[in-house]
Amino acid sequence: MLQVQVSSSISQALDGATTIALNAQTVSELMSKLSERYPRMQRQLDEGIAVSINGQIYRDNWQVAIPADAEVYLLPRIPGG
Amino acid sequence: MAHDTSYTDQKFNVIGSRVSRPDGVDKVTGRARYGADATAPGQLVGLILRSPHAHAKIKKIDTSKAEKLAGVKAVVTSADLPDLTGGDRSMLDILENSMARDRALYDGHAVAAVAAIDRATAKKALKLIKVTYQVLPHVTDVDEAMKPGAPIVQPHIRTPGDKSDQPSNVSGVVPFGHGDIDAGFAEADVIVEKSYKTEQTHQGYIEPHACMASVSSDGSGELWVTTQGHFSFRNVCSTLLGMDVAKLKVTSSEIGGGFGGKTHVWMEPVALCLSRKANRPVKVVMSREEVFRASGPTSSTSMDIKIGAKKDGTITAASAQLRYQGGAFPGIWGMLGAMTSFACYDIKNVKTVGYDVLVNRPKVAAYRAPSAPMAAFGVESTMDLVAAEIGMNAIDFRLKNAASEGSKASYGPTYGPIGIKPTLEAVKNHPHMKAKLKKNQGRGMACGFWFNFGGQTCTDLNIGIDGTVSLTVGTVDVGGSRASMSLIAAEELGISYEQVKTHIGDTASLGHNDTTEGSRGTFSSGMATIFAARDAIEVLKQRAALMWEIPVADVVWEAGSALAVGAAHGNLTPLSLADIARKSPTTGGPIAGHNEVVADNAGVSFASHICDIEVDPETGGTKVIRYTVVQDAGKAIHPDYVEGQFQGGAAQGIGWALNEEYIYGEDGRLQNPGFLDYRIPVCSDLPFIDTKILEIPNPNHPYGVRGVGETSIVPPLAAIGNALSNAAGVRMDHVPMSPPRILKALEALN
Amino acid sequence: MTATLVSTTVNGDAVQFACPNDETLLDSLRDRVGLTGVKEGCGTGDCGACSITLDGQLVCSCLVLSAEVSGREITTVEGMVEGGQLHPLQQHFIDGAALQCGICTPGFLIAAKALLDRNPDPSEEQIRYALAGNLCRCTGYDKIVRAVQSAAVEMRK
Repeated sequence: MLQVQVSSSISQALDGATTIALNAQTVSELMSKLSERYPRMQRQLDEGIAVSINGQIYRDNWQVAIPADAEVYLLPRIPGG
Repeated sequence: MAHDTSYTDQKFNVIGSRVSRPDGVDKVTGRARYGADATAPGQLVGLILRSPHAHAKIKKIDTSKAEKLAGVKAVVTSADLPDLTGGDRSMLDILENSMARDRALYDGHAVAAVAAIDRATAKKALKLIKVTYQVLPHVTDVDEAMKPGAPIVQPHIRTPGDKSDQPSNVSGVVPFGHGDIDAGFAEADVIVEKSYKTEQTHQGYIEPHACMASVSSDGSGELWVTTQGHFSFRNVCSTLLGMDVAKLKVTSSEIGGGFGGKTHVWMEPVALCLSRKANRPVKVVMSREEVFRASGPTSSTSMDIKIGAKKDGTITAASAQLRYQGGAFPGIWGMLGAMTSFACYDIKNVKTVGYDVLVNRPKVAAYRAPSAPMAAFGVESTMDLVAAEIGMNAIDFRLKNAASEGSKASYGPTYGPIGIKPTLEAVKNHPHMKAKLKKNQGRGMACGFWFNFGGQTCTDLNIGIDGTVSLTVGTVDVGGSRASMSLIAAEELGISYEQVKTHIGDTASLGHNDTTEGSRGTFSSGMATIFAARDAIEVLKQRAALMWEIPVADVVWEAGSALAVGAAHGNLTPLSLADIARKSPTTGGPIAGHNEVVADNAGVSFASHICDIEVDPETGGTKVIRYTVVQDAGKAIHPDYVEGQFQGGAAQGIGWALNEEYIYGEDGRLQNPGFLDYRIPVCSDLPFIDTKILEIPNPNHPYGVRGVGETSIVPPLAAIGNALSNAAGVRMDHVPMSPPRILKALEALN
Repeated sequence: MTATLVSTTVNGDAVQFACPNDETLLDSLRDRVGLTGVKEGCGTGDCGACSITLDGQLVCSCLVLSAEVSGREITTVEGMVEGGQLHPLQQHFIDGAALQCGICTPGFLIAAKALLDRNPDPSEEQIRYALAGNLCRCTGYDKIVRAVQSAAVEMRK
């Protein structure tokens, strides 16, 4: 079971939850399970989200595998210049 | 085909060599074509009418006289740009920013546009458009906009968490952090608390926004435009104009600087709209004044920083409240500032809160490591103050608290292997630190952090009949990356650099490529190039096997040739790439490699800078006399262009620190929209900028490449603030640290 | 009379065009003569991207009226190539990576050539002040100054 930590701007879309327990093997699976559980998540996804897996930040590739026991952190999508 | 993106430690043949770039001759002879260099038969000149008011209701726009003027072929207002966004608020914001709807939201906001046979006619037509404004109260300062009773910029905005449901200028309040800061500050022996302000700056690219739009009556169109992301522009423009994506072909011209300011559309939707209405090509080129007033500068900010530490130098708590204005539309700039503030350090108790605030100014866009330089100014200045209070060396204080693998970042996740300590050690041991300083001179240093990104990338590698290689990439080349792409293809194929020619493909030639931002160009397109080349090698081996009539398992690729391995094939001479290409018509046709990849995990980037300045105590005039950049690049594909990114970012940061600012009048109008009074550094302002490239491989790229383009703009503001403090004993809290401000601070000392 | 027939020499070639009296040489060169090497960065003489030489003198073409240039000699970046060979400054800019986006490069080349034509052995300070009228936002000027220095060495041989 992953303990997904959630950055505060995103937790507003998750009814204030800052840690969520669920199972997911890829980022894609994680996102769809979150949207199912929290319908308001869809808007956040549209606005942009990034995922940190064991400190590595993934902004674009949702096929990335999430190792069991990984530290997973949801962050807002960060633009560059 | 999925490829493994992990780092493989390997010896390189051509990677790392300082070759001449493929677009070099065109750029030194004037042959290279930028945004304003396109011409089309029957082209019209497009000009935009802009609001002279910071905030006003648009009661009526009468275009009748302009439409009747001989030579005018189209006049457009927001009535010609209906809302086709399907409820997408951020798209509607882009639409409204490109053409005002019911209100003008900043000085320079577009309210109407014309296309005419020549510039003189277009100018006359603009004068004939009659706009009836009802001027409204305006607000341009970030702190003023947060006060109760401030004029509201966007009535639909609510502050998150505010149950009163009242309109607000605060669109975002985002906290980050962990631990217990009250307990942390209670443990501290020394606490420094200080507030800072930074003024608005512009990316200052020398090439103004320019495009040639050509829309046909069958709903298809072409757009030639200076941009950092032609695919992204295609998506946005086709949505706003109701065109099919595949029917709009966008070609990126050479780009004369972007730095984030050309990642968004400004007047391009209006150009397309004019062309559609006139049924002729329309060329729209912004004047320099329009660039300053109506493109996307960066935020002005105010912030409160507090750091507490024990006598032994351990930081026990740190907090920051940061207020960033995003112009007249909601943004995430304050949030980014809050994320990056303490990212360099391992702090047990940390809390940062970013406020995003609306004001009557242009819509803020990213500027090279967006939001990080301002937060770094506040934090890195305060770090020096704390170090001084404890009596510890500024570098040692940072080393003691530097983040490393296993540290919990102040923005949340736990760090993997990172390079902040190596850059600090390199600075500590750099000869610059030992150079003697003269009277009125001082030395300062500062650190900086930025994220790097990957993104959707698509690359084609085609082998010509003579064995030379044509590489088509989709990431716009902002600083010389075509040379790096050619080096990478040459390395993989085992051929010489001169045999590869890299082009930037238009949107009809490739699948989607994300914008060149987030320091992703070389990282992403480089990765796709590696894999496209490896795919091509598989095809080359198959063709060689066919030509030799042996199993493909017996063929290897080495040093640009196919070799038959195994005792049975001892008499077969190697087939070079040219040999195989020449025979390709009869072995299966054109030989190519292709790759789509969502590159990701470009790693995070740390830099440390050292700066010597000299202050003239009579005028407050300050000059940078020596500057050193130390930054981790992972692997420098072409060292000249990595150095170039370090030097360019540093120069922008120096200008930001010492001179550049947007000056608004009481009337809310921008007073200095030109290069005379918006003073960027000139050649005589700067010394040579020394660079040291560290190469700590990124485990998520086959060559170890990290993004490099942005981080260099983050440390200079504080490096200069710290140098000034050491030179003259003044602690500056307002950027730019221009001569009048420094003089005032010096006078206050005495 | 609101228009003028201009007869001038550009990069050694005789050129003739008609233009409104208030048209700048920058616009005429780009839109009538077809030489887009000169760039408009600001239109007010502050950035130097439109630099040309007029009878050997370095000027911003956005501050010159075409109506004034009949009978005079104009040199643009397109005229720097000599006998099919890149001018040493052009070659050293490429070799020294003295350009990133390249938009300011034509102006810098014209300004640097104007400097070296009158002072073949300038100090670093003299180079920096001679080029202070040309803005670059990408490079921080470091590699530009070094390229001018190395080109000057070659040109003195």
